[in-house]
Amino acid sequence: MAAAPMLELREVRKSFGPIEILHGIDFALHPGEVHALIGENGAGKSTIMKILGGFLPPTSGQVLLEGRPVPYASGAQAEAVGVVVIHQEFNLAADLKVSENVWLGRELGRVFLDHRAMRAGTQALLDQLDSTISPDARIRDLPVSDRQMVEIAKALSRKARVLIMDEPSAVLTHKEVEVLFRQIDRLRAQGVAILYTSHRLEEVTRLADRLTVLRDGAVVRRALRGELTEDGMATAMVGRDLQDIYPARRHPMGEIALDVRGFSVPPLVQDISFTLRRGEVLGISGLVGSGRTELAEGLVGLRPAAGQVFRNGASVHIRSVREAAAHGMAYLTEDRKEHGLLLDKTLRENLTLSTLPRFGSPFISAAREETALTEAIRDFDIRAPRRDMAVGNLSGGNQQKLLLAKTMLSSPEVVIIDEPTRGIDVGTKSQIYAFIDALAAEGRSVIVISSDMPEILGLSDRVLVMRQGRVAGELDGERICEKAVVRLVMGTAEEPAYV
Amino acid sequence: MSDAAVQKPARTAQLPGLSALGPLLALILLVVLGAFLNDNFLSQGNITNVLARSAFIGMIAVGMTFVITSGGLDLSVGSMAAFVAGVMILAMNALLPAMGVGVPLILAGMAVALVVGLLAGLANGLLVTQARIEPFIVTLGTMGIFRSLITWLADGGTISLDFAVRQLYRPVYYSGLFGIAWPILVFAVVAIAGQIAMRHTRFGRYCEAIGSNDKVARYSAVGVDGVRLMTYVLLGLLVGLATIMYVPRLGSASGSTGTLWELEAIAAVIIGGTALKGGYGRVWGTVVGVLILSLIDNILILADLVSPYLNGTIQGVIIVLAVVLQRGKSSA
Ligand SMILES: Nc1ncnc2c1ncn2[C@@H]1O[C@H](COP(=O)(O)OP(=O)(O)OP(=O)(O)O)[C@@H](O)[C@H]1O
Ligand SMILES: [Mg+2]
Repeated sequence: MAAAPMLELREVRKSFGPIEILHGIDFALHPGEVHALIGENGAGKSTIMKILGGFLPPTSGQVLLEGRPVPYASGAQAEAVGVVVIHQEFNLAADLKVSENVWLGRELGRVFLDHRAMRAGTQALLDQLDSTISPDARIRDLPVSDRQMVEIAKALSRKARVLIMDEPSAVLTHKEVEVLFRQIDRLRAQGVAILYTSHRLEEVTRLADRLTVLRDGAVVRRALRGELTEDGMATAMVGRDLQDIYPARRHPMGEIALDVRGFSVPPLVQDISFTLRRGEVLGISGLVGSGRTELAEGLVGLRPAAGQVFRNGASVHIRSVREAAAHGMAYLTEDRKEHGLLLDKTLRENLTLSTLPRFGSPFISAAREETALTEAIRDFDIRAPRRDMAVGNLSGGNQQKLLLAKTMLSSPEVVIIDEPTRGIDVGTKSQIYAFIDALAAEGRSVIVISSDMPEILGLSDRVLVMRQGRVAGELDGERICEKAVVRLVMGTAEEPAYV
Repeated sequence: MSDAAVQKPARTAQLPGLSALGPLLALILLVVLGAFLNDNFLSQGNITNVLARSAFIGMIAVGMTFVITSGGLDLSVGSMAAFVAGVMILAMNALLPAMGVGVPLILAGMAVALVVGLLAGLANGLLVTQARIEPFIVTLGTMGIFRSLITWLADGGTISLDFAVRQLYRPVYYSGLFGIAWPILVFAVVAIAGQIAMRHTRFGRYCEAIGSNDKVARYSAVGVDGVRLMTYVLLGLLVGLATIMYVPRLGSASGSTGTLWELEAIAAVIIGGTALKGGYGRVWGTVVGVLILSLIDNILILADLVSPYLNGTIQGVIIVLAVVLQRGKSSA
C-alpha cells in the first residue's frame, strides 16, 4: 500500500474560540483503502472529517489533495472535485422528496427539471442498496435509518474519489449495515479513498485497512489491518483497560410494573401484549420499520393508540408525555436532533426542559439548574468545552449523554430507551450499561429498544422480538441467544448471514 | 482527560453580546441626536408625551414578544384594539342609564375591555392550536373580521363615549402618580413583569423551547398547545389593557383606530432582538424597539429636518438593519 496519499492533513490544528480541539494532526487517506478513524466521544473525529471535506477551515496546518493544497473552501466545492462527506448529523432537506434530495444542487434538465430521469436515477441507486424507500417519500416522513440510507444513496451518486463517512452505521440495523459494507467493498475495489468512523469496533475490524486512534484531539496510535484487536483498539481509545462492558446482572424482580394488553398503534403496530416487572430489563429487537419506536411512542402518548395498559395493576390512559410522566414513565427518543434536544439552546436549558416544575415555581432557580447540570456532567461524563455552549456544537456522543441525563432527571419508574448507545464510545457505553443495570437494581423497569445485537443480548433479562408491527416471539433466560433472536427478527427458519 | 473547563462552575450571568446591545446603543444615539436637534426634546412634557404614546404599542408588543418567541404571529392586534375600544365604549354608554356616571361604570367598561380582549385572543389561539391553521392565516382572517366589525358597529363613522363619562375617565390617560403618567406606569409594570416571565418562569422557557423546536418540546412533556394558546390569550388581554389606557385619550373609536399597530408591534419585537422564526425572546429589547420607533417619529416632527412623511422610510431602514445585525450574530 505504497500509493501516494489522495487526501492528507499535515500538522492540522483547530480551535473554536479560545479552545483548541485538534492539536497537530497528521493523517492521510490512500486510494483503494478504507481508513478507520476511532476515538472517544468528542475526540475530534467529526471535526477532522469536516476539515477534510471543506466544511471547516483548519486554524493552522495544511490540507493536501494529491500533494497540492486543496482547491476548495466549502463542502460544495469539495464535492465538485470528488470529495464527498456523509455527515454524522443528517444533511437532508426535510421537506423535499428523496429524489429531490439525492439530486440537490445537481438537478438534471436544462430549463425545466427532468423529474423522470432524476426519479429513475434515484430508484436505481436505492435498488443498489436493496432499499424499499420510495423516491417520492418526503424525508420528514422517513425513520432515521431510511434517512441514513438516502444519505448513502446521495453520496454514491456523487462519483466520489474520496468518500468520508461519519458514523454511517450508527442508525442502521445489521441487514442495512451489510448492504453498506458491500458498497464500501465495491468502491474500495474501484480505487476510492474511504474514511470511516464508527463506535462499533467489530465493523472497524471487518472494514479497515488502516486505523488511526484519536484521543483528546491528538493521534495516539496508528495501525494496519490485523495489528490491533478490538480490545487493543478500545484500550488505545480510552487510555486504560476496559473490563467486560456488560454488567454481571440478575437482580431479584418485583411485581408487575407495566402490563400491556392488545395494544395497537395504527397503522403499523397491532395487538401487542407484554408485561414488565420491577427490576427487569426488557430488550425489544427487530428490524427498522418493525414498529418498535411506534410502540414506544404509543405507550407514552406521543401517538394515538388503542388497547389496555396497566401501571402497577391500575388501568391508565396516557395521551401525552406529561401524563406518562405523571404515571412514572419516560421515553428517550431515537432521534435526538429532531425530537430530543433543542440544538440552539444551552446544556442547562435542555437538561431541565422536561422537569422544569421541579426547579422552582413560579420562578425557575438558575442555581438549582446549574447544580443539576454539574451533577449530570459528572454522572454521565459529558465532555463539553464550555457549559454555556449551544448543544448543537457538542459532539454527537455527548449530545446522546445529555439526552440520557435529561430523561433520567425525572427518575421514572418505567423508562423506555430507544437506541441508548447510538453514537456512544465503548468506554461510555459500559458506563451507560452499568447505569441501566443500576436502574434495574433500584427496582425500576427498563425497556431497551436496540438494533445493536450484542447490546440486546448483554443487557436483557427478556427479549421481545417485533416483526411487521407484531410480536414475533419472546425469549428469556437461557433461550436468549443471537441465533434465536435473529431467527425471530427475520422470520426465517434458517439463520441468515449476519456480520 | 483534559476537561478542566467542564469542572469549573459556570458564570450564570451571561453578558449580552455586542449585537444584543445594538438596539440599546441605537436608542441612546437617538436620544443624543434629539437633544442636539431640539432644546425641547428633553423637556418633561415631550418625554411624557413620547412615552405615553409608546405605551399602547408597547404593552401589545410585550405580548407579541411571547407569541413570536413561541413561533407564532398575530396580525390582528391593531383591529382587535379598535374592536375592543368600540365594544367598551358601547358597553359604557349602554350601562350609563342604569349605573350613572361614576367609578363603577368605568370599572365595568374596563372589565368589558379585558374580557373582550381575552376572548379575541382565545379565538386566535384556539384556531391556531385546535384547528391547526397557520397563525399568519388565522390572524390575517381575524384582522379583517375585527376591522369590519368595528366599522359596522360605528356604522362607518365614530363611536363616542358619553361626554360626562369621558370627563371622569380622562385622568386615566392624562394624569398619573408622582408626576408619571398612568399609561407609562402601566407599561413599565407590564414590561418588567414580561421580562421576568420570559427569563425566570416556566412559561417563558416553554415559549422559547416551542419556538426553537416544537417537536422536542412535545417529547419533553411540555404542553405545547396549552402554552401556545396562553400566548395568544395573554396578547389579547394586553390589547384589552392597552385599549383601557387608550380610550380616555380620545374618548372615541372608529374604523381607523389602531391601524398598523400590528406592524409597529411586530417591528418593535424584531428590532429588539427577538427571532422572527421563534426560539429566542427578549422583552427588554422589545421595549427598546418600541422607544426607538416612537423617538424617530418624535424627532422628525420636532426637528423639521426631513418631512414626517418619510417616517415610514426611516423606520423601514431601521427594521431591515436590525435583522441584518441579528443575522451577523447567528453566523458568527
Ligand atoms: N462549532 C463548535 N464550537 C465549539 N466547540 C465545538 C464545535 N464543534 C465541535 N466542537 C467541540 O469539538 C470537540 C470535538 O468534536 P467532534 O464532533 O469532532 O467529536 P467526535 O470525535 O466526532 O465525537 P463523537 O464520537 O461524539 O461524534 C468536542 O468537544 C465538541 O464539543
Ligand atoms: Mg462525531
